[in-house]
Amino acid sequence: MFDTLSNRFEGIFKRMRGLGTLRESDVDEVLREIRLALLEADVNLHVVRGFQDRVRQRCVGAEVHKALDPVQQVIKFVHEELIATLGGETLEIAHPAKPPTVVLLAGLQGSGKTTNAAKLASWFKQQGRNPMLVGADLQRPAAVEQLRTLGESIGVPVFSEPSDPVAVARRGAAEAVASSRDVVICDTAGRLAIDEEMMEQVGQISDAIEPHYTFLVVDAMTGQDAVTVAESFHAVLELDGVILTKVDGDARGGAALSVKEVVGRPIAFSSTGEKIDEFELFHPDRVASRILGMGDMLTLIEKAEEVYEEAEAEAAAAKLLEGEFTLEDFLEQMRQLKKMGSLQNLVGMLPGVPPDLRDAEIEDDRIAQVEAIICSMTPEERAAPRMIDGSRRQRIAVGSGTRPSEVSQLLRQFSEVQRMMKKMGNKGPGSGRGKRKKGRKGGRVTPPGTRQNKSRGSRVTPPGGGENKSGKPKLTLPGLEDGEFDLSSLR
Amino acid sequence: MVLRDRLSSARGAFSGFLSSVVSRGVDDAVWEELEEALILADAGVGTATALIDQIKDRAKAEKVADAERLLALLKATLADELGGRDLTLRADGNPAVWLFVGVNGVGKTTTIGKLAAREVQGGRRVVLAAGDTFRAAAAEQLGQWADRSGAEFIRGAEGADPSSVIYDAIEHAAATGVPLVMADTAGRLHNRTNLMEELAKIHRVAGKGPGTVAEVLLVIDASTGQNGLAQARRFTETAELTGVVLTKLDGSAKGGIVLAVQDELDIPVKLVGLGEGLDDLVEFDADEFAEALLS
Repeated sequence: MFDTLSNRFEGIFKRMRGLGTLRESDVDEVLREIRLALLEADVNLHVVRGFQDRVRQRCVGAEVHKALDPVQQVIKFVHEELIATLGGETLEIAHPAKPPTVVLLAGLQGSGKTTNAAKLASWFKQQGRNPMLVGADLQRPAAVEQLRTLGESIGVPVFSEPSDPVAVARRGAAEAVASSRDVVICDTAGRLAIDEEMMEQVGQISDAIEPHYTFLVVDAMTGQDAVTVAESFHAVLELDGVILTKVDGDARGGAALSVKEVVGRPIAFSSTGEKIDEFELFHPDRVASRILGMGDMLTLIEKAEEVYEEAEAEAAAAKLLEGEFTLEDFLEQMRQLKKMGSLQNLVGMLPGVPPDLRDAEIEDDRIAQVEAIICSMTPEERAAPRMIDGSRRQRIAVGSGTRPSEVSQLLRQFSEVQRMMKKMGNKGPGSGRGKRKKGRKGGRVTPPGTRQNKSRGSRVTPPGGGENKSGKPKLTLPGLEDGEFDLSSLR
Repeated sequence: MVLRDRLSSARGAFSGFLSSVVSRGVDDAVWEELEEALILADAGVGTATALIDQIKDRAKAEKVADAERLLALLKATLADELGGRDLTLRADGNPAVWLFVGVNGVGKTTTIGKLAAREVQGGRRVVLAAGDTFRAAAAEQLGQWADRSGAEFIRGAEGADPSSVIYDAIEHAAATGVPLVMADTAGRLHNRTNLMEELAKIHRVAGKGPGTVAEVLLVIDASTGQNGLAQARRFTETAELTGVVLTKLDGSAKGGIVLAVQDELDIPVKLVGLGEGLDDLVEFDADEFAEALLS
């Protein structure tokens, strides 16, 4: 429903093609569109104003770059300005000489503090630290049980007791020292920014444990109120940064910009899914593009460029089109895709990806399985998969720790891809989508198994049944309907 | 009633936002400020612009020349748009089943706890079904609410199929003559296809046994921005919503996104959450909401 900013600009700029510079009246019109886009993305109205002023200053009289049309030029300005606003200083956790590093999490109810306390602990653990969790949310029923369950699942001890939140925090911090933990993360009850009593309490918790890092946990779906919340918490706690949660939703995440602008502290982490390891350092550029409704096109292109060595890609492309696409190539494609990061996130970055596709859950695990299966084949088998009979299939399955049916499934899907590639190659020049760009053929293959349903089982708490087996959209990348996908066509 | 008192005290710091407007005549700046007030309340640019255009016409027709009357006119228009709906929670069926759905962290479990307390106080027996089998300790949380409110409580193992837990609760209610089942569900982002399919199944299965799905309530956090509309769209496609519960309205957020939800999807706000206490749930009042939105 939201037009992307670039679409909106198209109309305006049609009239001004050929002009060497951006005139003030054009800029005004453009800025109105930017305002609308930012407001639709939930950037706070007052923050939008400041932003508009900064973009105006850059646009007026700016020379239009020869290689860019005015549309691209302004998008570039806006994008750069967004990144500058969101990014700037990035947070690096410095651990004190005398451990433990004390971390305090605070925020509104339901923003995701408890879940993210565990995620942060897991993140520290991956950094080689020895974290401990403190459950000082004695308000919400079963909040401590939730933290204990999560702590258990990641092997991190949890301290809590039914006293009062300030005492729990204090004793928790002492307990961390006593048990030689080098990071202690304190979860607190959700509270409204205007609840004076509760805000005072979180202030007392902070005084009691003197955190090295205080993070505000903010839901990416938050609207205009994000500013009020950030200001209030910052006034009491002197925040060091923000954890932006539920980034895997389809909200445009303007709250990130608002909060950053108001607090002047970096957005340190973002929570990108329900799994405990779907938590990462914040990438301002990704959110900047998303606020503009451009997906993570820029990041994606950069990533693709990094990963793909030109020559390699060209050779692969040539093979593809000649129908000489082998399982080896297939495996190579898989590995390249893997290098680019989580497939789920990758698809999410693509602008214009239909929602049902964007939501298709792609299993990274499945790629590992594909890799195992192909690696368990002999070179001959890889070159001519037709020779794989029952006993070979059995051997490959044993070798890769899979079931023979999974081997068959992979082979079936591979032959489909191969047939498709062949068909595409045979179309010849001038047919279909015209020119094929070199070297950008990275993510074109439909990874086998993407149709398979993913249960919620791989997430934090292992559930049993309840998954359903139907309706998983098949993954085809946009523009691939007839076998072609080219990153450069994404604009 | 309660809502306005609570809101005005809560918003002491923010009241008077429009007070500068009030004593003036009607000029462009006044229109702009009204529109901005709506945007700041999360009504969205589209809804705000449409409303302002509507008021402009009315103001012209009624020759409204001062800003104070204009503000009153806007509030009345808002109240008209939002009000006049049937807010009754339907209870037909043996048992009637109320399903609570929404994205993560909006307050589904808390809402059920409060609503259960209200029904039990009204003399009705209630079964709470712990249909959130995913989030750690979600069932314990609902269980504590069951204890507090005096409702009965049915849960499954952690990770159990939510549909079957809810179905079991319905059968239990039917067998023991309990007229009402309130079913909790796991928070799910509306863009996760498989989780939405899971919800469709819950909805389907809940209607298969002895019970009748009488209400499907979408719980929306008042601080939700423009994404709330997308949430409502997807949830109603999946589970035919009958109403909205707007939670955390006792904070500084104003919940203006429900204007867009009601306008586009015609789903009424039935209940409003005002805190974490047992009785902090009230019926939606359009006049008070409009008043608070622009205070």
